[in-house]
Formats: sequence, structure tokens, C-alpha cells
Amino acid sequence: MLLSPYPTPGERIRVALLWLWCGLVILFLLVPILIPVPLSFNSGAFFIFPLEGLSTRWYEVVLGTQRWQSAIGNSLIVAFGTTLIATTLGTLTAIALSNEKFPGRRIVMPLLLSPLIVPVVITAVGSYLFYARVGLASTYAGIILAHTALASPFVVVTVGASLTGFDRNMMRAAAISGARPLTSFFRVMLPLILPGVLSGAAFAFVTSFDEVVVVQFLASAGQRTMPLEMFIGLREKLSPAITAAATLMMALSIVLLVVANLLARRGQGRRIASG
Amino acid sequence: MSALLPSELDRPALARGRPAAGADPGTASAALRRAEFGDRLRSLALAAPLLLLLALSFGIPIVLLLSRAVYDPTIADALPRTSVALGNWNGQGLPDDAAFIALAADLSENQAKGTAYELAKALNARLPGARSQVLKTVRQLEGADGKPPLEIMKAVPFWSAPGTWPVIANGTHAITSFYLLSALDLRWNADGGIERVPPQQAIFLQVFLRTFFVAASVTLATLLLGFPLAYLISSVPKGLAAILIVAVLLPFWTSILVRTAAWTVLLQKFGLVNDMLLWLGFASERLDLMYSRIGLIIAMTHIQLPFTLLPIYSVMRTIAPSQMKAAYSLGAKPFTAFRRVYLPQVFPGIVAGCLLTFILCLGYYITPALIGGASDQLISNFIANYVNVELNWEMAAALSFILLVFTLALFGIFARILGLDRLKMV
Repeated sequence: MLLSPYPTPGERIRVALLWLWCGLVILFLLVPILIPVPLSFNSGAFFIFPLEGLSTRWYEVVLGTQRWQSAIGNSLIVAFGTTLIATTLGTLTAIALSNEKFPGRRIVMPLLLSPLIVPVVITAVGSYLFYARVGLASTYAGIILAHTALASPFVVVTVGASLTGFDRNMMRAAAISGARPLTSFFRVMLPLILPGVLSGAAFAFVTSFDEVVVVQFLASAGQRTMPLEMFIGLREKLSPAITAAATLMMALSIVLLVVANLLARRGQGRRIASG
Repeated sequence: MSALLPSELDRPALARGRPAAGADPGTASAALRRAEFGDRLRSLALAAPLLLLLALSFGIPIVLLLSRAVYDPTIADALPRTSVALGNWNGQGLPDDAAFIALAADLSENQAKGTAYELAKALNARLPGARSQVLKTVRQLEGADGKPPLEIMKAVPFWSAPGTWPVIANGTHAITSFYLLSALDLRWNADGGIERVPPQQAIFLQVFLRTFFVAASVTLATLLLGFPLAYLISSVPKGLAAILIVAVLLPFWTSILVRTAAWTVLLQKFGLVNDMLLWLGFASERLDLMYSRIGLIIAMTHIQLPFTLLPIYSVMRTIAPSQMKAAYSLGAKPFTAFRRVYLPQVFPGIVAGCLLTFILCLGYYITPALIGGASDQLISNFIANYVNVELNWEMAAALSFILLVFTLALFGIFARILGLDRLKMV
């Protein structure tokens, strides 16, 4: 489509230049995220190519030392807690919002999305100020609460998208057949919107797992998560262990987000299938 | 779970097994209203847990923080007698001796309660140099040996200097515009007008300008890099487009911290970027890219590129190629066709992508903190610094206030001209 049926030389040059420019842009996009991967397998302590040799010693540092192990543990505690709360409450809210009769939908939606818009430093500093007063600073509950605010918009949006394909007549049919509302939710609605819910859960997990600014303000020394260890490491002493941690985090995020997007597409595909 | 149920006319009758009340139109509409009211209530109840949680975990913290920008009772609480004594001072010259005696009594009491340092700090924030003077006076008052407090106060020139008492009087009002004005490098002058602070004290306008400059540079760079790529993806066959889109999405799905970490590795003095520049002959010696403005802009451009590209791509995808062909067949030159047919249609996508990137850049924190040098710190870094290092919550709050106003105003423009739907690009 780029070239017309009878391209002029000038047109050929323009298209060639476009390809060249785009090739460079793609290199610019991909090289930085791919570079930590080989470096993390370097046996030496410097970030220089060619590698001195291959080794998994930096992964042993990340997976084997107490400091990083506790960071991984903290990350998992916080991310699972956030996912659980954000997915449950976000799904309920998405269901409520999918009802056209929901009062003030136009006000509620921007409010729900606002944690994505407000600069995260403001959220972090505000949480620190308020949570310290009510005794939630330096607690897992506090970090999970703050992360839930950041993660729940993703759940509401993804579940909401999967609900647009949901045929409400099915709930009506279930009600006529004598199902109680809770039964028809678990037996009719949930199985159908499950791809959307799971994809929302994956988004929530990644949001929390990758978050560093809120954690920086709210976490005590014993609650450092993986991103926070990385942040501190990058500030103080650059070690190849960070490339190993980055590779691990990147792999987990990308796998989860690929799954989430496939699920979300499946959830929305239903809408097209059902007309 | 009734929100799951359809709320149409027939629902109440069907769902509850009652006979349809169609016989009497008055009762029917009343029943319908009741049912709809119940329906609304139930869907509100479904959304309530998350809304309450967000209010608690996000709403209250932000309101509390912003209120600190205009509400600072530290001085008023620490100087109750002085507040009373200054009640009918006209703000001109020096107040009467009663005010000096009241201030001395308040200072001694703060020293006894152990809050003198806090007061000194609060005054110092408004009047540079006040900290040492307050602490000095407090010590002298403590070791007075029967010397009258008024004499001690008068002996310290600071308390009789012009400018000291207006600041104290101002501080005794808990609601203050001092911090918000300071965040814009402004202050009240002696005549009750607003003036710029002296150049050596002005720091924040420069920080805001720097933040805007970096955000604008990054937005421009993402557009220059992203527009051609979006165009290419939208015009190649589907299979190839899918591969190219993955190249955009892979970095998009990698966290900002991980990508910043990758750039700190790449931008080292002996890192890959410097190697490349030397090898290609663009530089004759290794450049200091870490802790530099250019390094910061490169890394931020990398992180923001998908945010600019994806909205542009989503618009380009909808433009039929036949339109350009039609323009050519009508005799338009390629550039004319591009400018008059293609660009106007893509424009909403460009605005959406650029606004989104610009808004997100205003709030950047991690990347400037790790890659930028001391003179590349953006407004978010200053907010964090006021909390972490200076422990000056009011100043952090005032800067947050202004950053939030800019962000929300731009976002309001975004929502007004483009609608909220474009945000759904997760």
C-alpha cells in the first residue's frame, strides 16, 4: 500500500527513507529493553560488551541472598493483596457501572480514573501524610491500599469492556428459571466475563509489582519490594545484579500482560460474536 | 446482585413472579419508579466499596496534602499571646511593647514545651535566617537572671528589624497564601501587594519552566519518531503490522523503572551508547550522558514513545487508503494530498498522543531522579525532596497543588476535545 502501482523514483526514495527511519526507531524501542538480558548473564562485574563469559552468578545473587529474597517476598505479598482487593471491588464496580441507570456515571468514571492522571508523587506524598496519622504507614495494609487505588482503574476498564458484550437477557433467563441473584452471578455472568476479570487481575498485579514511588514513601526498611531495591541499587551502586532483577521483572510483566491482553481480546471478541 | 438484572419495564413483574400491573397505569408507573429506584440503589451499593476505598486511600490523602498548602497553624499555635497582642496592630512600623512581652512569653513557653525548634523552623521558612535568631533569643530568655524579657527582646536587632513583625503577624493567621505564592516565586510586600521575590530566592519558576521544557522536548521527539512508524504500521500488510506493533508494545509493557535501569546501563561513560557514537564517528570522545539533560530526554522519549504512537496509530488505521488515491487521481501532489486529506483526519490522534505524553511528562519522577543531574530535577523531584530531606510539608503541598492544577487543566482539555474513551489503551 505504500507504493503506488507505478512508483516514480522519488516515491521509491521516500518509501526507502521511511523504512530506514522506522527501522532506526524500532531499534531505539527494542535495544534498551533487550540489553539488560545478555548483560545479566555476564560473568564479569562490568557492563561492557563483549561479555567476559556466561554465568548465572547474578541470578544467584538475586534469588539467593536474603536482601533480594525478602524483596521478592514483599513484592509478592503486596501484589497479591492488591490484586485480590482491586479485582474483587473493581469487578463489582464495573458491573454497577454497566447498568445504564447507575446514578452519576459521568462523575464516577473520571473519579475512578483519576489515580492514573494524578502524578504519582502527589499520590505517594499524600498517602504518606495521611497513613502516618492513622497508623497505616510502614504497614503492608497501607501499601496494598495505596496500590489498590492505582490498580483498580485497570480492573474497572477491562471488566467493563467485557461486560459490554454480555447479554443481560441471560440474567433475566436465570431469574425466570428461579436462580437467586448470587447464583446467577456465579453460574451465568462470572463464567462469561471471566476473561475480562482475569485480565483485569493481571493488570492489577503488574501495576503493583512494578510500582516504586508509593512504596518508596510508605515502606519501612523491612518492607522493601523488588522495584525499591532496584531503585536504591541504581542510586547507590550499580551492580549487574540489577540487570538480573530487571530481566526477571521484565519477563514476569511481559508474560502477564501478554496473557492479560489475549484474555481481554477474547472477552471483547464475545461481543462481536454475540452481535 | 440486582444490578445484574435488566431494568426494563417487565423486570419487576417477571423477576418477582407478581402479575403485571398493566391494568392500572398509575400504579404501574409508580411500581416502575420504585423498582428503578431500588435498581439504582443496588448498583450504587455494588460500587460503594471501591468508591469508599478510593476515598480513603486516595481522595483523603490528596485533599489533606493540598490543604497543607494553605493551612499552616504552626506559628499561630505556638504564639497564642502574640496573636492576641497583635490583634489591633496596623502593620506599620513596630508593634507596641506589649507585643514584644507577649512574644517573649510565648518563646519561653515553647522552649519549656520543647517546641521552640519547630517554631524556629516555621519562621525560617518564611523569613530566611530566622531560625538561629529565634534559638538564640530563646536561650537568652532562659538564662535571663532576672533581666526583664522586654530588654532581652530589644537587645536582639532581629526583633526590631523591618520585615520581622509583618511575617510574625502573617503567621498568626492559620490560613495562608504564603506557600502557594512562594511556589510561584511571589510574596506579599509591605504595602499588601504581590511582588516577585528577589532573584536569588527565586527557584520554582525555573523548575516549572524546566519541567515544561523537558515535557515539550520529549513530546516533540516522540512525535518525530512515532508518527512515521505509526504511518508505516498502518500501511503495511496485517501480518507485518502485527510484528511491528509487538515491537512497540514490548517496551510499553515493561515498567518505567526497568527501562530507566536499562538506560542507566546504556548511558554509562563506557556504555553502549558511547561505544556506538565513537564507532559511528559522531563523537570524538566519550560523552557524559548520565546525569545530563540529553540523557534524561532520550530515556523519557523511549518510555513515552508508545503513549504518543498508539493513539496516532489507532486513528490512522481507520483512514481508507483509497482516499489518498482519490486525491492523487484528482491531481494532488503527494505533499498536498498528505497535508489536505490525510493530516486533518489524523490530527485528533496526534493531539491525543501528544497531550497524553505531555501530561505524563509533567509528573515524571523516577527517570529524572536516576538519570538527570542536579539541574535536571523536575517538579515531582522537588516535591519528594521537600518531604524527604527538608521536611517542609507546606512547600511540598504547595508545589503539588500547582502541579496538580496544570495536570488537571491539561487533562480537562484532553477530555473536552477528545473524550475519555481514548484513555483506554492498556
